[in-house]
Amino acid sequence: MNTTPQSDSVLEIRNLFIAYEPERYAVKDVSASIKRNRITAIMGPSGCGKSTLLRGMNRMHELYPNIQTKGDILLDGKSIFSMSVIELRRRVGMVFQRPNPFPNMTIYENVVAGFSLNDIRLKKNQRDEIVENALRNVALWDEVKESLFRKGTFLSGGQQQRLCVARAIAFNPDVLLLDEPTSALDPIATSKIEDLLGELKKKYTLVLVTHNMSQAARISDDSMFMYLGELVESGPTGTLFTNPKDSRTEAYLTGKFG
Amino acid sequence: MHIELTDNIKKRNRTNGRFRYLVIAGSVITVIPIFLIVGNLAVKGYRQINLAFFTQPAPDTFQAMMAASAGEVIPGGIANGLTGSLLMVLLASLFAIPLGLMTGIYIYENSTKRYARFIRSLTEILQGVPSIILGIIAYIWVVKNITRGYSALAGSVSLTIMMLPLIIRSTEETMRMIPLSIREAAFALGTPYHKMIYKILIPVSFSGLATGVLLALSRILGETAPLMLTALGSPAISFDVTRPVSAVPLLIWDFYNDPNMVSLVWSASLFLMVFVLSMNLLARSVASKHKYI
Amino acid sequence: MSGDRITKALLFISSLTILLLSAGIVISLFGGSIPAFREFGLRFITSSAWNPTAGSEEYGAMAFIAGTVITSILALIICIPMAFTTSLFIAEYYRDTRISGILRSLVDLLAGIPSIVYGFWGFYALRPLLVSTGLSDQGFGVFTASLVLAIMIVPYATSLSAEIISMVPAELKEAAYSLGATRREVIFSVVIPSARSGIIASFILALGRALGETMAVTMLIGNANVIPKGLFAPGNTMASVIANQFGEASGLKMSALIAVGLLLFLITALVNYLGKLIIKRFA
Repeated sequence: MNTTPQSDSVLEIRNLFIAYEPERYAVKDVSASIKRNRITAIMGPSGCGKSTLLRGMNRMHELYPNIQTKGDILLDGKSIFSMSVIELRRRVGMVFQRPNPFPNMTIYENVVAGFSLNDIRLKKNQRDEIVENALRNVALWDEVKESLFRKGTFLSGGQQQRLCVARAIAFNPDVLLLDEPTSALDPIATSKIEDLLGELKKKYTLVLVTHNMSQAARISDDSMFMYLGELVESGPTGTLFTNPKDSRTEAYLTGKFG
Repeated sequence: MHIELTDNIKKRNRTNGRFRYLVIAGSVITVIPIFLIVGNLAVKGYRQINLAFFTQPAPDTFQAMMAASAGEVIPGGIANGLTGSLLMVLLASLFAIPLGLMTGIYIYENSTKRYARFIRSLTEILQGVPSIILGIIAYIWVVKNITRGYSALAGSVSLTIMMLPLIIRSTEETMRMIPLSIREAAFALGTPYHKMIYKILIPVSFSGLATGVLLALSRILGETAPLMLTALGSPAISFDVTRPVSAVPLLIWDFYNDPNMVSLVWSASLFLMVFVLSMNLLARSVASKHKYI
Repeated sequence: MSGDRITKALLFISSLTILLLSAGIVISLFGGSIPAFREFGLRFITSSAWNPTAGSEEYGAMAFIAGTVITSILALIICIPMAFTTSLFIAEYYRDTRISGILRSLVDLLAGIPSIVYGFWGFYALRPLLVSTGLSDQGFGVFTASLVLAIMIVPYATSLSAEIISMVPAELKEAAYSLGATRREVIFSVVIPSARSGIIASFILALGRALGETMAVTMLIGNANVIPKGLFAPGNTMASVIANQFGEASGLKMSALIAVGLLLFLITALVNYLGKLIIKRFA
């Protein structure tokens, strides 16, 4: 774990534009930095480009056809567009809106899926260790240790989502991207995930897209507010919520649109 | 814990790229035959296609042999096949279209009942029955017991049994795409059941139903095997349903078995293929253009 | 009687015709087969003798069963790589693009070409090609028939597989991508495992098509009433022996041919049922 801040920003976004069709930008000239071992929340009304920006951070947005990208994102000083996507996604993991454990794999296999999918051969004891660590880190170990070799689909939604987090952190990534990870979950499962994120930031840098303002206020350290593809305002969450500089941010926080 | 990530990214990217080429290559191989077949038939078959090809019945083998040995175009055409195909397909449509539509609607409307689901399973089985077996059936039922000899009627019966499941399935599937709210809106206005079917269900799904019928027609137009056992073929133009008639695919079979008529078989095959494929394309364009639902 | 009741009655009566038709087909096939089975018993299935000479008549279906199964399975083996790659092209690599739409239409056209045209094309275009390779003297035989059969069933396997592959949830694929998997790895570790039973079913249904195919096979297999001795040897299938011999048959021979038809009916029904069962489980 490298906590000495040679620079305390992990991801440096520089003048990023992303367009799904020519001249129609989903992300427009966004510059920001994501700080190490903190939770950064990206907020904004639906369609504001927050998910696209998040996906840009590990180049998942390139899965759509005809995508155009301008600008740059640096991961520890190195452009992510010059890395292989394989290496990038290994260092920048992702958790999705809906829990999506692989239905053809057991819980155990799901956790080490990143390794098996990447053709990385591990010894049995290494695998066991990774699985136990990852599941302990997401507070799922005690609940599933008796059923590691069952399919993950019998788990509850919240458990499935924690399994997906475990799958993403098994690689020990630098950054974990979370795309509205609690939007499909009930309040109890949501609060468990939120507690989990608070724990995880000790080891990882988290970027969280959410449309739930109170969630952002509860758990994030930094906030970014996006509107119509632009980054309107960003800064420490406390400051942004209590003293927004931009009128659009204020309008959003007071529920004028959303 | 630290795990050495042995990096084989280059190799994995290479296999990834190679697999993509494999997929493209396989797809190209899949479609090559269609170009070969269409090209082959077009080049060899177009010469014989003229007015006489459509207006004159097939030549006998002696005429064909004389023409072939003199290096001339074989006289005659496929008129007896055209009329025979037309007769049998019309007759089959007369039975199969109304019956198929009604059964399809019945299954859709009663899809929660066991009986309707059973009928649907029977339809699926019927759809999988090889066409030659339907030839045997029409032979036993019609040739042996009704017309006491090969007949156009027997041919139509085998084609009817082929068409029925195709129309039933497409009807049911089309109806299932109609949003439930449309039906509910009709009932909410106090529409009686039969009016809902005639004034809502059928008009709303009309293009889908038409597509199903056209696709079924394009299937039976090219069908040969059951007709060999039922309609048999005839050198003359005939509209008598109790007598043997020819059909375009039956003529192709006859021409194929007669070494003197090789050039006619190219033309007849070209014609049949173009006709069936245009019907197919027509069906698909109806489906894509007139979409209410 | 009210319009409602008339309509309901009409719909019900038309559904009855399917019931009667299905029952009639089974009864007629069984009824027609009785003389053959009474004469030869189970030997009709196990024997491969086919001798129509009056006085020493003997009929067995084994040669045709073997011919049917061998050509169909060989066709399936040839079909699988083609259909598999094409369905990935349509539903994965070039999904929702114009090129995939064009490919889909071309594959549909392949399904529209009549069987007799395939047979004729195989006879004049494909057979000479095989002769020129020196693998076969006449170009007739199991392999030629299977090759054309494979081309004929590719569209069925392809369109169904493509449909099933396109149903694999995007979230699953994205999860694998986010872990750094390459596209090929996503396909083999996520797409295929979740679509596996559906893909298998589509190949089973394509096999069902191949089993009953008549004209193209009749024109290419060589029509020898023996169990094929090799890939390039002639043989005969159940459908093509009926097509070739039904017209001149009577008496015991006709019954034997109807019995062959009954066996073909049972085999295809079984294979189709299996395919449909797997599809329903999948959905």
